[in-house]
Amino acid sequence: MSAPDPESQPIADFKSRLDLFRLLCQAAAALAVLTLGWILYEIIYGAWPSINKFGWNFLTTAAWVPNREKFGVLPFIIGTVASSGIAILLAFPLGISIAIFLNENFLARPVRQTVRFVVEMLASIPSVVYGLWGIFVVIPLVKGFGDWATVHLSGVPIFSGPAYGNSLLTASIVLAIMILPTITAISRNSLAAVPHTLREGAYALGATRWEAILGVIVPSAAPGLVAATILALGRAMGETMAVAMLIGNSSRLSWSVLSPSGTLAGLLANQFGEATGMQVNSLMYAALILVLITLLVNLAGEAILRYTQRKTAGIH
Amino acid sequence: MDNIGTHSLDFFKTDKHEASRALSRSLQNRFLTLLCIALSLATLVPLVSIVILVLKNGLPLLSLHIFTELPPAAGMAGGGFGNAIIGTLVMVGIALAIAAPVGILSAIYINEYAPISRLAKTVRLVAKLLTGIPSIICGVFAFAIVVMRTGYFSAYAGGVALAVLMLPTILLTAEQALTGVQSAYREASYGLGATRFQTIIRVVLPDALPAIMTGIMLAVARAAGETAPLIFTALFSQYWANSLSEPTASLSVLIYNFSTVPFPHQIQMAWTASLVLVAFVTAANIIAQTAFSRKH
Repeated sequence: MSAPDPESQPIADFKSRLDLFRLLCQAAAALAVLTLGWILYEIIYGAWPSINKFGWNFLTTAAWVPNREKFGVLPFIIGTVASSGIAILLAFPLGISIAIFLNENFLARPVRQTVRFVVEMLASIPSVVYGLWGIFVVIPLVKGFGDWATVHLSGVPIFSGPAYGNSLLTASIVLAIMILPTITAISRNSLAAVPHTLREGAYALGATRWEAILGVIVPSAAPGLVAATILALGRAMGETMAVAMLIGNSSRLSWSVLSPSGTLAGLLANQFGEATGMQVNSLMYAALILVLITLLVNLAGEAILRYTQRKTAGIH
Repeated sequence: MDNIGTHSLDFFKTDKHEASRALSRSLQNRFLTLLCIALSLATLVPLVSIVILVLKNGLPLLSLHIFTELPPAAGMAGGGFGNAIIGTLVMVGIALAIAAPVGILSAIYINEYAPISRLAKTVRLVAKLLTGIPSIICGVFAFAIVVMRTGYFSAYAGGVALAVLMLPTILLTAEQALTGVQSAYREASYGLGATRFQTIIRVVLPDALPAIMTGIMLAVARAAGETAPLIFTALFSQYWANSLSEPTASLSVLIYNFSTVPFPHQIQMAWTASLVLVAFVTAANIIAQTAFSRKH
């Protein structure tokens, strides 16, 4: 018996055999990548007649009259930006302070874990349940505030009357609660990634706890906090059901946060089911704008997050 | 002597400005701590309010026949939402059947076969971007590729929309699960003469399975609560579904439809449906985080 030949049959077989499973996995990965392109292609394809007909005017016209084939989404773009902007203004201070709270040891661990659990629970409640809750809790509150504000703050344009329950403010408040988990989770991660030595250095120089937090820890984590805010903005812009149920879905432009408004996502939710002809194409066009805005916002957030992670990598 | 005494006493005589500065810094510190605690505990308010209202308004109608009967017509009493529960389960099932294989196989490719290839980097970026895509866009996509091509609203269309929504979650968590498998296991397997395929199927996947299941349960929990992708793909139905190619009811769309009608009974049913939905989603989340946790 001689030693086996290195080029013997089994090994050659093994080398030349096509790895079918590898191909299958590769195909799945390619499909996952193609999905994004496919989504964009289908939306552009569906929107094409409307893009041809209205062009850029679609973005700058304030008219949505399906039976006269007049379409322009300016009010909905403004409503999307305004509602998510106000939501960020409300959620940012809350989210950052929860992140700081979870990162410090003000209260005992069980309390912190409860707060953390509650914030995570907020993320898991379905959007439509927020909508239902908003109808019965937030709308009456905002209506009450609005009735008061239109009388006592009548000089301020954003509080001009008449006050409605289904308003920009209502939608923004509920949106703020919904994006709180996003802001908190990402901010907390970036605060926790700040090296301990920086905090110890600040204490050694005689800083109080909050001087260390605000002067050293928060600035070091700042890019992460910005990324958290941007990613939350992206979520708020795409949020559909709760907003569609609370904002009033109006295409009228108004300065007041107490009047009904509309968002791109809400427009799609309300009209897609019964749309025909050019209305479908125009809704696809609106969907295209929404996708492009959210993709852009998310890319920016992702880029900042990566930059932060590279910056803090390796420091302990 | 006196001089030394006064000097050393001077040391203890604190500067008035210094003392007031220290006091104000300390007060500021206290104030900010209290503010931070107050703001953090304030987040309890909306959650507690939601939970109480869902229980208070949802429990009275909760009974066995709510799971077995059809939704009542406008203004009518009685009924249930059995078809909506089945519809939600069926559509989440269709979505899972599409998204789980694609997601897990992609994760195997980008973690086991070609972790630093350009395709792998693209897959990771695309998956991140897909997580950020508004859920209603998944609905628009399914509307374009299923509803517009077939000409009718269907459970398939809803399933496709939910599949797009689930894909990035399953893919990214599966990748993390595979990363968590120690490379010593793989090396031992190769050392015993196993092929790459055998290593992946017999060693890597079994070890990563609990974490992959966690990802799948999280995706199921998210998809079950979504309304926007279903509202113009599966639409809604008052009746039991006979096939997958007809409009199909779901719990979330039922809540949406019933929340905007002027009939108290329907609104109460929306609350009961919310209770069932929140219970289901919470259960799925808890199972995801406890039952499949890795025991190492």
